[in-house]
Amino acid sequence: MPRLLALLLLLFAASVSAKEAAPAAADPALEKRVMALAEQLRCLVCQNQTLADSNAPLAEDLRNQVREKMRLGASDSEIVDYMVARYGDFVLYRPPFKLTTVLLWFGPLLLLAAGFVVLLRRILRRPPAQDPEMTVSERKRAAELLAGSEAERL
Amino acid sequence: MTMTRYAIPIAIFVALVALLGVGLKLDPREVPSPLIGKPAPHFELPQLHETTRMFTERDMLGKVWMLNVWASWCVSCRDEHPVLLDLATSGAVPLYGLNYKDKREDGLAWLKSMGDPYRISIYDFDGKVGIDYGVYGVPETYVIDKLGVIRYKRIGPLTPQILKEKVLPLVRELERA
Repeated sequence: MPRLLALLLLLFAASVSAKEAAPAAADPALEKRVMALAEQLRCLVCQNQTLADSNAPLAEDLRNQVREKMRLGASDSEIVDYMVARYGDFVLYRPPFKLTTVLLWFGPLLLLAAGFVVLLRRILRRPPAQDPEMTVSERKRAAELLAGSEAERL
Repeated sequence: MTMTRYAIPIAIFVALVALLGVGLKLDPREVPSPLIGKPAPHFELPQLHETTRMFTERDMLGKVWMLNVWASWCVSCRDEHPVLLDLATSGAVPLYGLNYKDKREDGLAWLKSMGDPYRISIYDFDGKVGIDYGVYGVPETYVIDKLGVIRYKRIGPLTPQILKEKVLPLVRELERA
């Protein structure tokens, strides 16, 4: 039984490496383009991974789809449109600029601006530091201390 | 002065917590499909039972119908299956299946052992039609109207509640149109 299991594992490992190696060797330039575009697309099965990172079967299919389209001469933006038509803007890691995404794009800037406004108002509103007047006795003591230190040094 | 001094940060904090709370409740798997309101993508695929016979979405023009994407390897499909069987017996809407990225024998065996709710199942071995329909989490279900336009999509298993509250009222409305 363990021997059978080992054999199965070996077979599995062989099939996995064969699958991944084959397309990469075919055309390095094309493969680079496929991966560059796949970096910008979300894998919908494992949503925090890009199509390039993911090993989900669907991600593999979609990479193949991208590769096939590139081979037929499709431009990157045509392929992005193809993906968006099927899966929506959600496939894009870089969301498009639209009415519904204004807050997404400018939200952080808005927060930063709000922070500056608050800071500015606080600075302007702070009462100016006052020079505290010294009393007569304090002046006298200060003069004594100063004179004393002069005398010590001499 | 002291009131506003504490009130403003607390208000900001509460607003932030509310915002993040809503964000937590959202289901990121519920991707709004861009296909709703668009014509169902064209396909022509062999039938699962008789691979020599083809089926295309054009065969269904003039009818309101439901396309359910399933696979024998899909665990949630197992949960959904009884719901589909009930739906098929009720005859409320013609139900067609798309066997997605499956082995034909496995798909057939599954229907044999669990019961077959579909009028016809079509066989999408390489998942290309699935990609055209934006399938990413099986099971998925589409309601397609008489003009061949997708009117509803559900990602994940159908439940009796969803059928009763959303799908069947929609089907009735589309049938009247």
